[in-house]
Amino acid sequence: MDIPFIHQKLANGLDVIVHEDHDCPIVAVNVWYHVGSKNEQPGRTGFAHLFEHLMFEGSQHHDSGYFRPLQEVGGVVNGSTNADRTNYWEVVPANAVELALWMESDRMGYLLPALTDAKFENQRNVVLNERRQNYENRPYGFAGMSLVAALYPPDHPYHWMTIGAAEDLKAARLDDVRAFFQTYYRPRNASLALAGDIEADRAIALAIDYFGDLDAGPEPRSVDTRYTPLAGETRLVLQDRIELPRLYLAWHAPALFAEDDAELDLVSEVLAGGKTSRLYRSLVYEQRIATEIAASQGSRELGSFFQIVATAAPGRALAEVEQAIARELARFLETGPEARELERCLAQAEAHFLHRLQTVGGFGGKSDQLNAYNVYLGTPGYFDRDLARYTNAGAASLHRAAMRWLGAGRVALSVVPHGRAALALEGSQPVSVS
Amino acid sequence: MSIDRSRLPLAGPEPRFAFPEIRRRRLSNGLDTWTAVHREVPLVSVLVIVRAGAAFDPADRPGLAAITGDLLDEGCGDLDALALHETLGRLGAQLDTEVGADAALVGLTTLERSATPALALLSDMIARPRLEAADFGRVRDLRLNRLLQLRDMPPAVAERVFTQRLYGAHPYGHLPIGSDASLGAMGADEPRAFHGRMYDPSRTTVIAVGNGSYGGHAALADAIETAFGAWPADHDGRVLPDPAALPIPPGSTELVIVPREGAPQSELRIGHVAVARTSTDYHALVALNLVLGGQFVSRINTNLRERKGYTYGARTSFEFRRGRGPFALQASVQSDATADAVREALSELRAIRRERPVTAEELELGRAPLTRGYPRGFETAEQIGRAAAQLALYDLPDDYFTTFVPKVLALTPEDLTRAAATHIDPSRFLTVIVGDRSTMGAVDDLGLGEPMTVEANG
Repeated sequence: MDIPFIHQKLANGLDVIVHEDHDCPIVAVNVWYHVGSKNEQPGRTGFAHLFEHLMFEGSQHHDSGYFRPLQEVGGVVNGSTNADRTNYWEVVPANAVELALWMESDRMGYLLPALTDAKFENQRNVVLNERRQNYENRPYGFAGMSLVAALYPPDHPYHWMTIGAAEDLKAARLDDVRAFFQTYYRPRNASLALAGDIEADRAIALAIDYFGDLDAGPEPRSVDTRYTPLAGETRLVLQDRIELPRLYLAWHAPALFAEDDAELDLVSEVLAGGKTSRLYRSLVYEQRIATEIAASQGSRELGSFFQIVATAAPGRALAEVEQAIARELARFLETGPEARELERCLAQAEAHFLHRLQTVGGFGGKSDQLNAYNVYLGTPGYFDRDLARYTNAGAASLHRAAMRWLGAGRVALSVVPHGRAALALEGSQPVSVS
Repeated sequence: MSIDRSRLPLAGPEPRFAFPEIRRRRLSNGLDTWTAVHREVPLVSVLVIVRAGAAFDPADRPGLAAITGDLLDEGCGDLDALALHETLGRLGAQLDTEVGADAALVGLTTLERSATPALALLSDMIARPRLEAADFGRVRDLRLNRLLQLRDMPPAVAERVFTQRLYGAHPYGHLPIGSDASLGAMGADEPRAFHGRMYDPSRTTVIAVGNGSYGGHAALADAIETAFGAWPADHDGRVLPDPAALPIPPGSTELVIVPREGAPQSELRIGHVAVARTSTDYHALVALNLVLGGQFVSRINTNLRERKGYTYGARTSFEFRRGRGPFALQASVQSDATADAVREALSELRAIRRERPVTAEELELGRAPLTRGYPRGFETAEQIGRAAAQLALYDLPDDYFTTFVPKVLALTPEDLTRAAATHIDPSRFLTVIVGDRSTMGAVDDLGLGEPMTVEANG
């Protein structure tokens, strides 16, 4: 079930990975830069993502929008930034793969000559509007920022969210763009994957043609990942324009691909994946004190956090919700999962893995997955081993992981309607975000 | 080799692409089975379409079709809700139910090795759901809670006000989720009666797309027949009237403001009732929309986002349904640019009808996703199933997919401009703004009349 591929590192350090899939006459071109909001500095947050926007606004030899030529040939194009990496992708008809490579290589090599104040100002406004739409004007939109700020100290690279602070975005300067590009947007720090209806030899030859001449760039310095474990529970309260209070519980958890990472992913499934999960069944189905429940292992490169999120049913206090979660959690920490629970979660995990094999491109498709393995683990060929992390997990290892990580040190954030601070967990300190 | 960076490389000759074949079989109970073979991964994707959408809600019971659809997986046959989900989970099945205006769609994707038991469960959910009172009460409460939460979500508020004012009492005049009053007054027997009336093999199409190793078309169709063949048809021969065909009252042409104090953005909807899926202008309208506001490089997004920076994104859409669906522009714009954004949007919507007609270059760019990009829409089993569902939902001919690209290629710029002039009528626009009146600028100077205020909870 592995994804067959060939992998070649060019002289300038660019990794090129090719996977052939001739079922549909399309090719996915996917570029990862190993830079994200973790590489930003306090006071300059949100920059990696703002930079991503500028990558679509033109480069030296094509000094206008990047969407147009790619859409003209029937392709789609997009990109995204998170804490750890930034990705850019196109899915184009098989006859237009050179266009995608031309454009990706032009912005990798020649972005800065096309950069102007006008583009910068425009995209800063677009990003401020993205922030307004997805965070400021959305119920519970500030919860994520409050959580990461409490989980990590101010100088830790995960202390802020990728969207950044509005005042930092307003303070960003064009010179910052230049320095950022010179440091991080270089072949040495990038990985190119092609998947789809193309011969591997031709793909490699084209990659060499288009990217081989670009300068390697410097070795980016690594970021400081130290943080102090949470000693006990930090209780916070945030007031928002909402009707139903919501509780977020968050614990530090092991990094992506580290020991216990897959186990905690499965634990989240046992606790809150689907209607037969323990928390859904108890809080939503039987007691009906919550109207929504979710759990997740948010796997990230430098360290993850595990969270449980529950929205109270009308008239229910978060204290009652918290106690019900605590009972289920204690029961799980006592005995671990039952065999039938593990069987269900493993079947679901297998189905999720197969799902990701269905598409060559886009977010989470095969080209994106090959780049993820390559950037985080140094090898694109990790699909089977990744799945094996799950299929090899046993009840005892889930139990052990939960005991090791889901202890007393955690952040408990209550989000309550304006003026209803009493609905929060007792002793919660107000947080201020905007 | 040194690369020529003086110009973009041209695309080569277009690759050949054949749409996957759909084979049909009608079962003796009247149920249609459609199958397609897809070789990619060992998954089988099944889509059940029942013509039982929200347009079939009784006038005083908006939300009935949707809650009925929601209850299908709350227990069926011998299994209660928990036992059903336990079984689905162990089969590696993903279930996804959505109730739209015209139909209920139940999608299930499962590991190939569990396709037979998964189909049996799916059949029980569709044909023999338990619809018990206790489950109804619990699910109704969850939906009431959801309605409560939607009050604070500007896109949901805008959508509801826009829909109600466009269609009034027409069956398209409410969102599928319904209202507090309706759900609050609903009895447990109502979903049962709705299911009895609307869920029938003669109103159902089951589409299965799967790997060839499962055995191809015949094996897929046999598996559906085994699962659904025993579902008895309702033999009284009633043909239910199509509510979508009812006349639509003239919609509101007001400027409506839903106050949201302190909102950093205004949520916009501008549009009117437009055309049905059966319109002979369908292809022209799809291409027109891509030029106007249907993709990143469209006129509207280029203006409001890439030139003005007012928004993270603005788009337009024609929603094609069995009856006449809405045409709408939607965007979230920063509050202090609201009046300017509406002015720019209106100016684009007017101009494409005459002053700035669609150019040949725009047509090429607009239709590229429909022609050169066409194969991309048929990569996964789920995509193929969804595409086939369009044929079932709108009674489209068998050759629909093979004639689609040639029809789009035959369009001229004049066809698109004419379609805009015919089907976009600024004099009929309803404009809804959810935002803070005190910061949105001079919205009373937009020529849309005196703004009227509607409360979000109203």
